[in-house]
Parts: sequence; structure tokens; C-alpha cells
Amino acid sequence: MLAWLTDPFASPIVQRALAELLILALACGPLGVWVLLYRDAYAAESLSHGMLPGLVVAALAGAPLLLGAAGGVLVAAAGIALVARDQRLGADVGVAVCVSALLGLGGMLALSPASPPRLQELLFGNLLGVSGGDLAVAGALAGAVALALAAGHRSLALVGFDRRSAPSLGTAPLRCELALLVVLAVTTIAAVQGLGNLLLVALIIAPAAAALSLARRLAAALALSVALAALAGTAGLIVSYHLEVAAGASVALSAVALALLAVTGGRLIHPAAT
Amino acid sequence: MTADRRRGSIGGAAGPAAGSGGAAGPVPGSGGGAASPGSDETNACGLAVRGLSGGYVPGRDALRDVTFEAGPGQIVGVLGPNGGGKTTLFRALLGELPRRRGELELPGRLAYVPQTERTRLDFPVSAFDVVLMGAYGRTPWFRRVARRDREAARAALDRVGLAERAGDSFGVLSGGQRQRVLIARALLQEAPVLLLDEPLSGVDGVSAARIEALFGELRAEGRTLLVATHDVRQAGEWDRVLCLHGRQIDFGRPAAVLSPETLRETYGAELIVLEGGDHAVGVGHHVH
Repeated sequence: MLAWLTDPFASPIVQRALAELLILALACGPLGVWVLLYRDAYAAESLSHGMLPGLVVAALAGAPLLLGAAGGVLVAAAGIALVARDQRLGADVGVAVCVSALLGLGGMLALSPASPPRLQELLFGNLLGVSGGDLAVAGALAGAVALALAAGHRSLALVGFDRRSAPSLGTAPLRCELALLVVLAVTTIAAVQGLGNLLLVALIIAPAAAALSLARRLAAALALSVALAALAGTAGLIVSYHLEVAAGASVALSAVALALLAVTGGRLIHPAAT
Repeated sequence: MTADRRRGSIGGAAGPAAGSGGAAGPVPGSGGGAASPGSDETNACGLAVRGLSGGYVPGRDALRDVTFEAGPGQIVGVLGPNGGGKTTLFRALLGELPRRRGELELPGRLAYVPQTERTRLDFPVSAFDVVLMGAYGRTPWFRRVARRDREAARAALDRVGLAERAGDSFGVLSGGQRQRVLIARALLQEAPVLLLDEPLSGVDGVSAARIEALFGELRAEGRTLLVATHDVRQAGEWDRVLCLHGRQIDFGRPAAVLSPETLRETYGAELIVLEGGDHAVGVGHHVH
């Protein structure tokens, strides 16, 4: 049994993948809790999908994916802001229009005969192809995210709990909400190399949903979310090794399976909670 | 008046943290170790508003020509129909109204107590966590909340009669208990002026009695309370009444202000005058 658990990690490739996932857990875990408490899950999904054209352009140009992701997120955010400025349309429509358009544009670019066949990697990531340099970059970004969330912890709690009173308690709500979106964008950029732009959302949302259904205090929810994201990453790699399925997809499915278990379990532990 | 005069941009930026480290003076009725304000400076301040007008969009004022003063130890009942400008007045005082003209004299940062319906029940915080938020404004992000503030938070919960519910999730408390927790949070802010948005609407009898007793204690401590309410009879027991209906209808002692004519002008068609004209009830979405 022990060997079944440890065998996958004999190879340095899987070790690096595990390191990448543990690093990402540190950022995605707490971020996810805030994203759910701020009801920003739609924005998380949209930002990561909307950056596809940036990724494709970077891949075509042979530039680092990170650069493409950053450019893609900026374009997506600007597009959404632009459409949302029209009050007849609003933010939801802005997101829907921009993300569909950008996803379509990305697909068109990626599927053109001139493009190298890397679309899969962009959509689903390449967890087993992570290099030492990738790890360092992901580590720096994830560290910055964790630090930013720790620094903003009390402001995030004030605004999330009681937006109206937040200014009188010392926090400007709008600034806080925008900062959270910036942190979300940075996390998305950090995670795209390993998990791809379709799957990375799972590592942000699923462990956090699980943690929030089990924990009754903020600090506990944040810590639990990190632990569950790390657990999902580890379990995903083990399953992927033994069943010989794609690593990124296996991690995403493990995260969602954990979330389902936790939500069901949470109902049993806290039957009164809605 | 010794209030620091703050015109123009108030609100968003960090204001002076009231009374941190100040020696707790004798606080009547507060039960010894209760959260005490910064004593002397609190007792010296009130607030003054002159010619306040403002609103949310250019060219359309939600509130016009408001002029009143509230001294230390006074409770001011703010009466008016829904949409009459009570919330707009509070937002102007908190420095959150997009457009504002006129003069405000405020003694530092004000504490605001929202209606409990406006807070979230699914947020993973305990009653104690919520009260502690009152100290966040004076706590640097890299520090734990000071032990003095933690003790003050416990004392504030005790003052609203919820010491034994400190560890309970905020969301499982009753509406009245949640309102008391929010008031305890405002106590921890140690602000000389408290703005309360319909704190007695829809709360249970025990909570209402506790809140009213606390109002008396805060008045004795020299704090100024502005209380938005629909309950005319209750406002009649306080020190001053401010009637709003898009503009200031009247301000003064309850005996002088609460005439049937003023109330009719304040509430328009929403008013019900009960027997003999000395009992009147403003009808909003809550009726007492």
C-alpha cells in the first residue's frame, strides 16, 4: 500500500510536478476562499479562459507562456471593463461576450494549420513538463499572492462581511475588491503552466468550497483550503500515475471529488447550516 | 466646540484612532471593565452640520438643507419615511456620499451600526470575530490585534449581554442578538459619535430592552448617538429629533418638534395618527 502511494514520486519529473502543485496550493487555497466569499467564481473562470489568445500568441511566437498569460489576462480584463462600461449591458454580459470572443479567437489561432500542435498543453497544462525555472517563477508568484492575502486579510474580512460598514472601520471596499481581482489574475498566470487555462480554476474553487463547507471560522477555512488543495494535487498525481491518465485532469478531478465529499460531509456535520 | 474640523474628503483615508491608550475614566453604568472610550476627549465632543445637501448623481440632491447640532451625551432620533434621506445623511456624515455640499464638524471617525439584515449570515466568523473588527482600523496588518482590544471586545460583548455567545457563529444568532453584536463592534471602535440605522427594527423584546438600556449608558458616558428610526413614540423619549423628508423638516426637542403638523409633513401619506394626536406612528416597512 505504502509503495502504491510512494512509487509515483520516484521520478524527478513527478517530484517537480508535486512541488509545483504544493506551491500552487499555497496561493490557490486561500485565494479560493476569498473568491467564493466575494462571489467572484465567475470572474475566476472568465479570467482564466479569456487569456487563451495570449497563450496561443506566446506559443506561436516562441515566447514564455507566462508572458502570453499576462498579456492575455490584461486584454481580457480591459475588454470586460470596456463592455461593462455600457450600463445597458453590465458586467455579466461584458464577461460573457469577451470570454466567448477571446476563447474563439484563441481556438482559431491554435487550430490554424500554421500553428504548432500545442493547444492541448495550453488548455490542460503540462504538469509533467515543469522545469526548475518554471518552479522558481511559480514559487515567486505564489509567494507574492500568499503574502498579499495575508497583508490584506483583515480588510478582505471587513469588506466581505459587511461592505457598507467597511469604510467606517478603516477599509475602502472598492480598492479591496479590485485588489482581490489583481491577486486572482496573478494566481491565474502562476497556475497556467502546470494546469492549463481550463483546469486551473478547479484548484482555486474546489478546495475552497470544501473548506468553507467544513470550517466555521475564517482562519480554519483558509488553512483547510491549502491542505485540501495540496491533498488534491498529491492524490491527483498518484491516480494519474497508476491509471496512466493526464496529470492535470487527474488533479482537477481529485479536487472536485474532494469538494463533493466535503460538501456532503459538511451537511452531516452542520445540518442546520444552509 | 473642540472638534477637529474636517471638511472636504472625510471617510476613506485613515482618520485619527480615538483614544487608544487613554486612561479609562470612571464610566457610569458601564460595569467596571467594560469597553471605555478615550474618556475626556469623548466627553468634549459632539457634531455639527450646517447647510448639508447632497446626493448620488449630479443635479439631483437626495437630501437638502440639513442643519443641526448634537452635543455630547445626546441621543438624536432621525425620523423620516423610507427614501426620506436618513441613510443619505448617515452616508454624508461617514464621508461616503459621492456629492456633498455644506459644512460638517465631526469629532474624528464615527462608528456606524448597520441594520443586521444587511450583513452576511454565511460568512465564517464568530460573534467575537465580528466585535474584534471594531479594532481593525487601528491594528497594523502585521500585528495581532492588541490584547487590550481583545479584552475590550469581550467586555463589549458582555455589555450587550452576549458574553456567553462569543464563540457562536454570527449566522446562527437571532436578529436581535446579531444587532447587539454589531453594536458591540461599534463600542470597540471607541468613537465619540455612533450612527445607528434602525437598531430596534424587528428585534426581539430582550434585545430591544438591552439596546435601550445601553443607549442610556452611552448617553451617560457622553457619547452622541444618531438613531434612525420609524418609531415616533420612542424618538419622543430622546433628547432631540431630526425630521427628514428629502430636506430637513424640523429639528429640536421632541416636545417642540413632534407635532401632528410636522409629522404629517415628514411622513406625508405614510403617517397614521393614533388617538388624540399624541401618539403617531411612521409607517415604513417595519411597524411597531
